Amino acid sequence: MRYLPLSDADRTAMLARIGVKDIDALFADIPADKLLKAPVDLPRRKGELEVERQLGRLAAKNVPASSVPFFVGAGAYKHHVPATVDHLIQRSEFLTSYTPYQPEIAQGTLQYLFEFQTQVALLTGMEVANASMYDGSTGTGEAVLMAHRITKRRKAVLSGGLHPHYAEVVRTLSHMASDAVVSAPASPLADEDLIALIDGETSCVVVQNPDVFGNIRDLRPIAAAAQAKGALLIAVFTEAVSLGLVESPGAMGADIVVGEGQSIGNALNFGGPYVGLFAAKQKYVRQMPGRLCGETVDAEGQRGFVLTLSTREQHIRRDKATSNICTNSGLCCLAFTIHMTLLGEAGLKRLARINHAHAVKLADALAGVKGVSVLNKAFFNEFTIRVPGKAADVVEKLAAKGVLGGVPYSRLAPEAGHDDLILVASTEVNSDDDRAAFVAALKEVL
Amino acid sequence: MLNNQGRPTAAGEATGSAHPTFTGNRALQVEEALLFEIGRADCTGVDLDEPAPFTPRLGGLERKGEIGLVGLSEPETMRHFVRLSQKNYGIDTGLFPLGSCTMKHNPRLNEKMARLPGFSDIHPLQPQSTVQGALELIDQLAHWLMVLTGTSAVAMSPKAGAHGELAGMMAIKAAIDAKGEGAVRKVVLVPESAHGTNPATAALIGFVVKPVPAQDDGTVHVEDVKALLGPDVAAIMLTNPNTCGIFEPQIVEIAKAMHDAGAYFYCDGANFNAIVGKARPGDLGIDAMHINLHKTFSTPHGGGGPGAGPVVLSDRLSRFAPLPFIRKNGGRFALVETADQAGDVQAFGRVTAFHGQMGMYVRALSYMLSHGSDGMKQASEDAVLNANYIRAGLEDLMSLPFPDHPSMHEALFDDSWLKDSGVTTLDFAKAMIDEGYHPMTMYFPLVVHGAMLIEPTESESRASLDLFIMTLRDLALRAKRGETERFSAAPYHAPRRRLDETRAARNPILRWTPPQPIQQAAE
Repeated sequence: MRYLPLSDADRTAMLARIGVKDIDALFADIPADKLLKAPVDLPRRKGELEVERQLGRLAAKNVPASSVPFFVGAGAYKHHVPATVDHLIQRSEFLTSYTPYQPEIAQGTLQYLFEFQTQVALLTGMEVANASMYDGSTGTGEAVLMAHRITKRRKAVLSGGLHPHYAEVVRTLSHMASDAVVSAPASPLADEDLIALIDGETSCVVVQNPDVFGNIRDLRPIAAAAQAKGALLIAVFTEAVSLGLVESPGAMGADIVVGEGQSIGNALNFGGPYVGLFAAKQKYVRQMPGRLCGETVDAEGQRGFVLTLSTREQHIRRDKATSNICTNSGLCCLAFTIHMTLLGEAGLKRLARINHAHAVKLADALAGVKGVSVLNKAFFNEFTIRVPGKAADVVEKLAAKGVLGGVPYSRLAPEAGHDDLILVASTEVNSDDDRAAFVAALKEVL
Repeated sequence: MLNNQGRPTAAGEATGSAHPTFTGNRALQVEEALLFEIGRADCTGVDLDEPAPFTPRLGGLERKGEIGLVGLSEPETMRHFVRLSQKNYGIDTGLFPLGSCTMKHNPRLNEKMARLPGFSDIHPLQPQSTVQGALELIDQLAHWLMVLTGTSAVAMSPKAGAHGELAGMMAIKAAIDAKGEGAVRKVVLVPESAHGTNPATAALIGFVVKPVPAQDDGTVHVEDVKALLGPDVAAIMLTNPNTCGIFEPQIVEIAKAMHDAGAYFYCDGANFNAIVGKARPGDLGIDAMHINLHKTFSTPHGGGGPGAGPVVLSDRLSRFAPLPFIRKNGGRFALVETADQAGDVQAFGRVTAFHGQMGMYVRALSYMLSHGSDGMKQASEDAVLNANYIRAGLEDLMSLPFPDHPSMHEALFDDSWLKDSGVTTLDFAKAMIDEGYHPMTMYFPLVVHGAMLIEPTESESRASLDLFIMTLRDLALRAKRGETERFSAAPYHAPRRRLDETRAARNPILRWTPPQPIQQAAE
């Protein structure tokens, strides 16, 4: 077996050195009737070539985003990732390192986490950010729990523009923890009255911007109304590139900002691994979940970085911890940080403008298709169209014509009753030809 | 230059090295400033063309002003991050005996497979007809996990071990609620030796944690569990092999006691790597167990993630699973994404958006296919053999708290052998850094004073183990001889000397801020 350095002669000599007669003597604490006598019923070992063939056959049954006109978003976005990013994250010292518990030999990880935290804080317009969560949805669940701890209230209000999967994660966690959740109905036109749902029991209002339908929301009135009643505004985003062009949640008054960072540096990966971005006001830092990297000095006075404020965390506080999270998304943070370093302020803003321009062009083109209407007044790189008939059927027919034309909202929330809506995203990867193919295919299937 | 906290921002100004250099660099160790000290607002390493003029539709909510980000050109970016990487220790650098964390070799075939566009470049919400191969892969991995654990269901979507614990404990809670016992069964038993995630997870969803004492031999005794059982107990969370590196000998009896009391057995599967192919947790009576794909099945730890934590479920819990899951209809695979599609499964909701850690699934299956059933059994045996070989090589110098049980995949020592030496476990660990090793896990499990938990994994050759043993023996003898200087200020040769963690926590600096002009700072 190519991954196992020991030879049979080594094994024999080592057993003798230990002083046991065979390997099973070391497994003596396993009840004898539970010790497996033969290998389990699974295939035997394979060489690299065979594994590549077998997995290659499975991969070939899927349609990669890059191979077709591709307009699927709804929480994960196809962007171009520079080659440098994937090269660097595969450096052995990054890829095969552990959580930086030994800071003297983990300054590489710690410094990029410090840079990551700074980038996330700047992007979101917040004072502090942590070293990542698993993804945007689990981060949203954690943000609600954090708001409950801060306000000592246990009721969350969820906007009808929140991604249905995110809302479901919050509801599941809240149900299990016996916390209350008020969910506003799906709001494709962003015309819901969230403020009416806030009362003296409300710990937080969770609003996504741009929302799941692509609408850009003004968070300021909601922030003011929430804070007037002693509640917090949790601002959520699923498209990090939007932060290059849209007013930051911090500037609009958010208390906690949480979102999905996949768009920067990370591939689609069929939904994971992704990277949850999590930021807050400084005064709430000791209630934050997850790891935090902080600056300090070493014994010679040189600047260095360590994991800090760990008295919030499970390995110290156990059942009193702010979260149970241990592993986070280290390598995905690194990809985010490298891509963001390459983009810089100028590149990010330009990338965001390109995304918006492409989406505007596509919206106008689709609005010209008979029977199709675009719902959004304001949007970034994603918007919602209404189609005649069932959106799910239209999307399937488009796929049969080789166009991946968006997500039927009914797939995310079948009970909401919006069966004729398709969420459509357009990023820098879409060409004029892609858009023309989409329009032509849509005309054919309607 | 000073930043606004008065800290030196340029390395090299405060070096205490015996042979200071102008730059502060030490040959291959090149000091690297923070991105924000070397980047420029107008610099970008990505060539993008400005879009043709158009009328924005942002509803008047354009961002105003500067964000504050900086950029670097591509060569500068490359150099910045390569230099940072050179300050890190990884498995590929050397033996990484971090107990409980399982730092085994990460095959690069797995990386190559995960990057096939058919896996990495597919969207979680594109039509299911266009991702049949991805669903088939998840189904295959699920099959391997169920066969290896002897269970009948697996929830794939949890994103890491602690997240798998959460999903598993939610399944237990859902099952208890379904029996109408939710208001009564509130207590979860957790041994004092458990990972911190166990009590944190139980508390997160409203359980009350009650500790189970550890016996003098490092194991949990069924009588101690029985003494705590009552109608209020929902479950026990037990790690097996446990965090002392011992297989719990009474695990079958403990499982039976839990079931007889109407409660459930959650097994923390962090140490499953010791027994893959040797024993099946399902046969031992567990009801739920998460599997850290990044430990047992070698997906890279990546400096702290991403992980993946599928949780297997017994027959008693298989009807209580999170969404989504995959259903096979003939030759087609379908994702069950919503409660109304779930049929007789009483899905309790979602623990994450989308379907889980596909990138990790590919890597784990690649590892499993490569090893096969025979190779995985051999890997477990080698991991256990290596740990016991280290134990045999050190036990005359270092003290074993639990000598009566063989070690599984990790050998646990305490610090009684360092008594009166003036050297602590921390000092000893830092001296290992100077010798070119990553330290072992320290001060965990909590039930052992000054714990040193050594897990070599199956990836080490005999020669590597021999050198490691000789090195630790040399250090141990020096510690016993009172050569405290070697230890108390170690490491001497790492990119940084010992870091001031108290200072970091007392005045947290969690992000870069621009340096203030000198006169302003003086005001």
